[in-house]
Amino acid sequence: MIPGAFEYHRPASLDEAVTLMTNHGDEGRVVAGGHSLIPMMKLRLAVPTHLIDLGNLADLKGIRAVGKAVEIGAMTTQHDLIASDLLAETCPILREVALTIADPQVRYCGTVGGNVANGDPGNDMPAVMQCLGASFMLRGPKGARQVAARAFYEAAYFTARKDDEILTAISIPLPAQGHGYAYEKLKRKVGDYAIAAAAVVLAMDGGKCKSAAIALTNVGETPIFAEAAGNSLVGTAVDDGAIAKAVAAAKAVAKPAADMRGPQDYRSHAAGVMVERAIKRALTRAKR
Amino acid sequence: MNKVAVKMTVNGQAVEGRVEPRLLLIHFLRDNLSLTGPHVGCETSHCGACTVDLDGKSVKSCTIFAVQAEGANLTTIEGMANADGTLSALQEGFMQEHGLQCGYCTPGMIMRAHRLLQENPNPSEAEIRMGLSGNLCRCTGYQNIVKAVRYAADKLNGRREAAE
Repeated sequence: MIPGAFEYHRPASLDEAVTLMTNHGDEGRVVAGGHSLIPMMKLRLAVPTHLIDLGNLADLKGIRAVGKAVEIGAMTTQHDLIASDLLAETCPILREVALTIADPQVRYCGTVGGNVANGDPGNDMPAVMQCLGASFMLRGPKGARQVAARAFYEAAYFTARKDDEILTAISIPLPAQGHGYAYEKLKRKVGDYAIAAAAVVLAMDGGKCKSAAIALTNVGETPIFAEAAGNSLVGTAVDDGAIAKAVAAAKAVAKPAADMRGPQDYRSHAAGVMVERAIKRALTRAKR
Repeated sequence: MNKVAVKMTVNGQAVEGRVEPRLLLIHFLRDNLSLTGPHVGCETSHCGACTVDLDGKSVKSCTIFAVQAEGANLTTIEGMANADGTLSALQEGFMQEHGLQCGYCTPGMIMRAHRLLQENPNPSEAEIRMGLSGNLCRCTGYQNIVKAVRYAADKLNGRREAAE
């Protein structure tokens, strides 16, 4: 499988990368880890004529605390997320998610920026970023702007990112101290995309749920922020009745397609089971 | 398209070439450098037969362009034997524990296990299985591959000699 021919660029600065993207418009594509794009190029589903490699942009790598947020550079790999002490302490759901993505070799290359910016509904990080209320930082010829993860995804492979913009970083407001979290992913084998998956982050106070967010992976054209499902838990003791209501609300917004991962009703059912398991596991991890 | 110059270090030797940007690293290694140890298996980033070590990472060389490895330090299975030509602990382990049948996946298995043991010199069986989860073997059922990695870990940790 040989990709189509292209001209290769390796900019030394973000400004240079933005200029290249401006000049080459929709014929240009940035390559980060390349583990979504290169397979697509081998299948000729993507045929960029200019490939702009972000590999030399050290500024786009790294994980740092910025005030009450953690900022992750777009070129940070899944392997880096798994190894980060800062994330293990402040936002451990990211490590749990990264470990469900592909396999060790792919995680050394695959980046969090590529995972969220590509717009593939099978990717795991987009729903998790929606669950966490993250923002994506974009740079284009007109400067920098931020888009909320919950407003970023428009359709499969279509996002709010313009053709000449580059995702530079992700900003995640730190979840409350003592929050509970879980990512439950049903898949056929190691490395597979989800049949259905659910991310849950919740905080408890005095036996009652203080805040909760739920988002779903691969049960629609985009990741799905199940806002009503999360809200339905707030104020409850997260008992079986409350969990059943949240599961029903999440299933109501899941719109899986029938595909090789199963028929629609099976995948919808699986989404409900993932939500239930994720809520229960998040609860065991939350400080009461 | 214009060819571009690439330079890298492979198995301790400086190499260079002029390549089309779309040339995948696996083809650069096999066709330009005649290093046919890394195998083309699935071509879809699943099987791991093409795994090489690139700047301290295990990488599927079918899913990276040669131009992206500019300046990198690579090791392939051809670079794994000890300097005196004897087998490395992992190679010996795969032989002693019968960790292969057809051998097609073995170069990738060994390169991945090499990096796993660099990062975790004393892995549990579960850690070995997770560590090798990006490498497929269609012959052995993995039991002996896991034993082979454990053999190498023990040997590198000096335990095997101590026990004998």
